[in-house]
Amino acid sequence: MPINILMPALSPTMEKGNLAKWLKKEGEAVKTGDVIAEIETDKATMEVEAIDDGTLAKIIVPEGTNDVPVNALIAVLAQEGEDVKAAAAAAAAGKGAPGVGASSPPPSPPRSEGAAQQAASAVTAAQGAISEGKSPPPSSAPRAPSPQAGEGARTNGHGANRVFSSPLARRLAKESGIELGRIAGSGPHGRIIARDVTAAKDGKGLKGPPVAPAPAAGAPLLALAPSDEKIRALFPPGSYDIVPHDNVRKIIAQRLIQAKLTIPHFYLTIDCNIGKLVAAREEINAAASKDKDGKPAWKLSINDFVIKALALALMRVPEANVTWTESGMLKHKHADIGVAVAIPGGLITPIVRQAEAKSLSLISSEMKDYAARARARRLKPEEYQGGTTAVSNLGMYGIKEFYAVINPPHATILSVGAGEERAVVRGGKIEAAQTMTVGLATDHRAVDGALGAQLLDAFKTLIENPVLMVV
Amino acid sequence: MADTSFDIVIIGSGPGGYVCAIRAAQLGFKTAIIERQYLGGICLNWGCIPTKALLRSAEIFHYLQHAKDYGLSAGTVSYDPAAVVKRSRVVAKRLNDGVGFLMKKNKVAVIWGEASIDAPGKITVKASKSEAPKGALGPGAYQAKHIIIATGARPRVLPGIEPDKKLIWTYFEAMVPDHMPKSLLVIGSGAIGIEFASFYRTLGAEVTVVEVLPQILPAEDAEIAAFARKSFEKQGIKISTGARVTKLDKKADSVVATIDDGKGGTPTLSAERVISAVGVVGNIESLGLEKLGVKTEHGAIVVDGACRTNVPGIYAIGDVAGPPLLAHKAEHEGVICVEAIKGLDPHPIDKRLIPGCTYCSPQIASVGLTEQAAKEQKLDIRVGRFPFIGNGKAIALGEDQGLVKVIFDKTTGQLLGAHMVGAEVTELIQGYVIAMNLETTEEELMHSVFPHPTLSEMMGEAVLDAYGRALNI
Repeated sequence: MPINILMPALSPTMEKGNLAKWLKKEGEAVKTGDVIAEIETDKATMEVEAIDDGTLAKIIVPEGTNDVPVNALIAVLAQEGEDVKAAAAAAAAGKGAPGVGASSPPPSPPRSEGAAQQAASAVTAAQGAISEGKSPPPSSAPRAPSPQAGEGARTNGHGANRVFSSPLARRLAKESGIELGRIAGSGPHGRIIARDVTAAKDGKGLKGPPVAPAPAAGAPLLALAPSDEKIRALFPPGSYDIVPHDNVRKIIAQRLIQAKLTIPHFYLTIDCNIGKLVAAREEINAAASKDKDGKPAWKLSINDFVIKALALALMRVPEANVTWTESGMLKHKHADIGVAVAIPGGLITPIVRQAEAKSLSLISSEMKDYAARARARRLKPEEYQGGTTAVSNLGMYGIKEFYAVINPPHATILSVGAGEERAVVRGGKIEAAQTMTVGLATDHRAVDGALGAQLLDAFKTLIENPVLMVV
Repeated sequence: MADTSFDIVIIGSGPGGYVCAIRAAQLGFKTAIIERQYLGGICLNWGCIPTKALLRSAEIFHYLQHAKDYGLSAGTVSYDPAAVVKRSRVVAKRLNDGVGFLMKKNKVAVIWGEASIDAPGKITVKASKSEAPKGALGPGAYQAKHIIIATGARPRVLPGIEPDKKLIWTYFEAMVPDHMPKSLLVIGSGAIGIEFASFYRTLGAEVTVVEVLPQILPAEDAEIAAFARKSFEKQGIKISTGARVTKLDKKADSVVATIDDGKGGTPTLSAERVISAVGVVGNIESLGLEKLGVKTEHGAIVVDGACRTNVPGIYAIGDVAGPPLLAHKAEHEGVICVEAIKGLDPHPIDKRLIPGCTYCSPQIASVGLTEQAAKEQKLDIRVGRFPFIGNGKAIALGEDQGLVKVIFDKTTGQLLGAHMVGAEVTELIQGYVIAMNLETTEEELMHSVFPHPTLSEMMGEAVLDAYGRALNI
């Protein structure tokens, strides 16, 4: 039996991915563990490995296809001793082909009449249309994605949105007119049980009005926003190029809209005298032993100190190391610091876990590894999902101060400006001082003004006296 | 030198303690359990299990006596009290050995002796009278990050009817009679009293039960208790409710009891033996709890939903942590307790959903609110009933006396309680327990298909009856 290679789910939440690249050609032999394709997901590019030996008989989804649903057939592998052509033919006959990206063009140009008809009917079936076996005439032009296709894709996703609840809870919710989706469940695996509905009637554990489902690819992010046509009409035709959004761009847009619309931000600023920090960094880096290639054992950046200082500040002000949820405040036990890394076409925030417990040199080496792999889009989802706060540093561009947008589920984000010599007044005299301005954007639901100020004050104390980070 | 430092030490190896120890070991804790007398505690050695063995002998004896009803002849049926007792001891021993095996398998250290807590984290174990099993650690000082008290309970003693172990028994002596008494007075009609009354009556003793409250089986639904009472009286058990034994006069080989019958009369009654089954009290003494400041109330240690006492590092589970005093409650608390220590955030036990079973003949099983309790809470209810006499399997078994009763909240359809009396109901009740835990309403229960022919069909029929839709009656 030829083996069907399906679109893998690279993270628990992944529903679709883009088939970025095929690394094996049709007819090429593959061994277990060989990388056969690259899949681009939300924020990363992941490799698909072969799980059996054989020959890549047929590529069903060509590279560059966007939004291929998880578990769609992407290729067929002929096992050893099997006829590659027969396997390919079986695949071409449309076996198991339903679900191949509803919005993707048909996989290949015209082929034999019978095969094309079968393939077409398979696609129609995937769209949920009833065709009674009368397939539309095969067309050699790529078919534009139809609206029904989009509908079908969304309906398929419904399983993931199921709200688990007890029968009694459902009945109670119906009687009191509360939508189940708004109730926070406290039963096993978050199942909504009777007491949750009773509590919701008193307004406890009630989530905000249902948030619109994440916009499907290509759909406008907000009904309020002007349509694409209206925006384009503002510019003379030909005066611009249209660059399609990649997944990273779409996700950034979605998450930032969500953050700005749902998180009540407020902002604090403080100046830090980093004279001692600059001196300490030089001294520490000068003391690093060198290996035989003359490479120092460590080379700490100012940002490494910032990460460590923020982690320790959160330990000193643990009330600020939180995440807002409707059912209760998550008080985190560790400071997991996301660090914004610019990558071509966007940014990503890998997370230094338990940074409070890590040495500066370990933070530094982790960050170097993260940054390198982030640029190559080789981060794993667990390396950039979650975290309790984040740091964004634009100091290297000479930015004096700014406020980044909070990256949910964080309650804060620290924006770090350039360290520079500034004139400060001390004891009535003007002096030069190494100064760095930091801004803190804060989720007011979780961290109030005074608490945010305490966090910044703790951060200032640590960053101005780097010796304190040693204890 | 043996290791004396543990993550978790459990005092008491009853069903709560030993299950707790296994779960703790599964979660990777270095665990020890302290026992002074019997691995498996009262339940396995002197309670639940050996009494079930005795009652099984009585049940089979009863069937043989009534062989004719089934078209069989069994000749002269008799019993050997010593052999009946021996069988129950063999059963208990087997389970006792089983606990030893489970401790070994899960690498739980067994410490033999009497424990007291000197301070959070510190335990002193003194030698106990009984012989330590092979491989057990001995007396000495032990350390534990978490100490879980699972010392269980013992028979309550009322002034004037102190058990002397010869004429006046507790369940210990009642379980190993050297001969069958011709007459027996049972004081108290809870599960223990009624089970012994049932056992001794089936084997031919004249049995009188005296209960201070107005109904026997006081924890049960009044209708079910009344049904059971009628059945017991039909078997020849004499029952006085609202009555109390005021005086016991011990003779050479009998006891004369003076009874205040609650109606102004003070009849006397002579019985060969008396069983005092007036409840049990928690073993909270000699652990050093007062010194530690562990809060107790009504003879039980006060704990929260995760079995934590008011003193950090000290926990209590099972009978010693308060009612209901049931082995399965203790087991569940043991699991919750260590899971909470592990940080798994288990759900606290919902005491309303703990079933209770009494293994008399006919059996009694129940879960949730009784009809009276529901009415006291001013709940608007619907009650459904189905009698055994309408069930094919019950009639085929020759067990057509019994009743299944369910109580629903009229407005929400929530199943509030279920109560049963009759053959094998102790094996049926879990169906309703699961239903209640999943918060099913009448709709799901009516939608469930019950296999035919089984006694469980009555559980579906009782639900239908609550909504005026019962089919076979």
